[in-house]
Amino acid sequence: MDVQTLTYIIVGLSFALYIGIAIWSRAGSTKEFYVAGGGVHPVVNGMATAADWMSAASFISLAGIVSFVGYDGSVYLMGWTGGYVLLALCMAPYLRKFGKFTVPDFVGERYYSQAARTVAVICAIFICFTYIAGQMRGVGVVFSRFLEVDVDTGVYIGMAVVFFYAVLGGMKGITYTQVAQYCVLIFAFMVPAIFLSVMMTGHIIPQIGFGAQLLDAAGNNSGVYLLEKLNNVSTELGFAPYTDGSKSMIDVFCITGALMVGTAGLPHVIVRFFTVPKVKDARISAGWALVFIAIMYTTVPALAAFSRVNMIETINGPDAKGVAYESAPDWIKNWEKTGLIKWNDKNGDGKIYYSSGKIEDAASKNEMKIDNDIIVLATPEIANLPAWVIALVAAGGLAAALSTSAGLLLVISTSVSHDLLKKNLMPNISDKKELMFARLAAGVGIVIAGYFGVNPPGFVAAVVAFAFGLAASSLFPAIIMGIFSKTMNKEGAIAGMLTGLLFTAGYIIYFKFVNPADNVAANWFLGISPEGIGMVGMLVNFGVAALVSRVTTATPQHVQEMVESIRFPKGSGEASGH
Amino acid sequence: MGFENNDKAKGYWRENLRLVLSLLAIWAAVSFGCGILLVDVLNEVHFMGFKLGFWFAQQGSMYVFVALIFVYAAKANALDKKYNVQED
Repeated sequence: MDVQTLTYIIVGLSFALYIGIAIWSRAGSTKEFYVAGGGVHPVVNGMATAADWMSAASFISLAGIVSFVGYDGSVYLMGWTGGYVLLALCMAPYLRKFGKFTVPDFVGERYYSQAARTVAVICAIFICFTYIAGQMRGVGVVFSRFLEVDVDTGVYIGMAVVFFYAVLGGMKGITYTQVAQYCVLIFAFMVPAIFLSVMMTGHIIPQIGFGAQLLDAAGNNSGVYLLEKLNNVSTELGFAPYTDGSKSMIDVFCITGALMVGTAGLPHVIVRFFTVPKVKDARISAGWALVFIAIMYTTVPALAAFSRVNMIETINGPDAKGVAYESAPDWIKNWEKTGLIKWNDKNGDGKIYYSSGKIEDAASKNEMKIDNDIIVLATPEIANLPAWVIALVAAGGLAAALSTSAGLLLVISTSVSHDLLKKNLMPNISDKKELMFARLAAGVGIVIAGYFGVNPPGFVAAVVAFAFGLAASSLFPAIIMGIFSKTMNKEGAIAGMLTGLLFTAGYIIYFKFVNPADNVAANWFLGISPEGIGMVGMLVNFGVAALVSRVTTATPQHVQEMVESIRFPKGSGEASGH
Repeated sequence: MGFENNDKAKGYWRENLRLVLSLLAIWAAVSFGCGILLVDVLNEVHFMGFKLGFWFAQQGSMYVFVALIFVYAAKANALDKKYNVQED
């Protein structure tokens, strides 16, 4: 069977599975729609959280980014896993004891203020929308390459599937569907990595192959370590050595910090820990989530290194002088059609050649432009793996995009129906009406996300920096101070959130949208790039909040008692007391 | 109130904070410390075919993160039992 047919079969089967699960576990009440009935086992919840977390961006782009930037890619690896430690130790158990549905619920009650709740709702909705815009595009890209439909059609199919299980199923349907999606995506990610590891180093575990010696053509140890080879090749071609990177230390530090703290402040991740039965389960659930995430995230740098060596050797050939275009492998020509690979034969020798520099620049010898996003999708083709592996990777990319979209949509619909309508505008709304509005909001959310999928804003990467920066500088400090300080009052928290938010948003908007020409290290505050500024925004938030709370009225007694009561597990209610 | 008296409540919170802060110190040491600030020094050392600093940044820190959460969960549960504030 050819790749095409296999892809239809494998993707079709996985979709049938997701939709089947969604129908089987339909949510009947608001409670089930929001928090899965509170009866989700920690391991199951951890797996669903991992699927929720690992988006199309992690599945498709992350290994590609690490592959191109080497050590600098560590910011994503440490940042997107380290945040779970903060979540588990400083947030999950206390928020679970607090026992409401959403992050704005906590902020609103802890700071006894409708204004604080509103600021939190706006942050939550904005963060989720920036995220989901990229997801629907991811679905479109995968479909367009593997099913040979155009990107727009791919987006429409994705919208229909997400609508089915997010809107009808609610959290209950999503949780079990996400477990299935995790299994599909991790299998799809690991298979090519293991294949490559065995082929190149003889080790079955990619994490070990990553540090091992390469095999020579006869299958014996060549005496050259994979990373040593990568460093040599990178230097020869004019790149920074793979294990050193080229970002400044302070920037690496701040980006890692902003991503860690931002992860811990993302509403669609936090809401997961409201769904487990007990405080004890919230603690261990974060641990399981990180186990499932780390299986992929520790494989990412290994896959990145394998693909890098493979790709350079395929393009530049055994003599490192380039390969004739006619005899170049099919994947290069296939991806050229999508525009994600470009070839510019500058020296007119009919050979493809890859090195540092831009292909438009006459002074550079580089003739190939290769997009980050193709590395994972193209790796099975680059390494000549069997056709079913290629089909599997397509199914995995879709699983990643769909699971994250569904989780985000649920937070959007909850924020609108619960936080905005029930707690703000229409306090007397019935449960049934609330559920209806939740589904309506999810529907509207899908349409908006689909719109951005069809008409991509062209600055997805910039918006993602935005989402993390805002989460780090607004929601995270408010939640942490709400738990660990009894004296933090509403004036302090609101002032902190607003200044943190304005500072971070202002900095990012200036460098990314208003004046992108200025976006170079020399103009940055202390050499910190817009991606890392959330770390500074967070400190600004903490500082302003502490100052303002000193000079304003004290926190009311009943709020102080509430803070005391969330600090220990005894007496936690059901997962979703309404 | 879940505690027998105020001293117990304070004691529980103090022990909890000590636990969280010591684990966070390890969290920061492996990621910000070994993976970023000390990366050049540690890269002089070789470990299983890796430069050690690079290994911490792309592998080691993540393994430690996972371990930290499980250690925290076990210790925090034990602390709940000690002060008799675990869930029923």
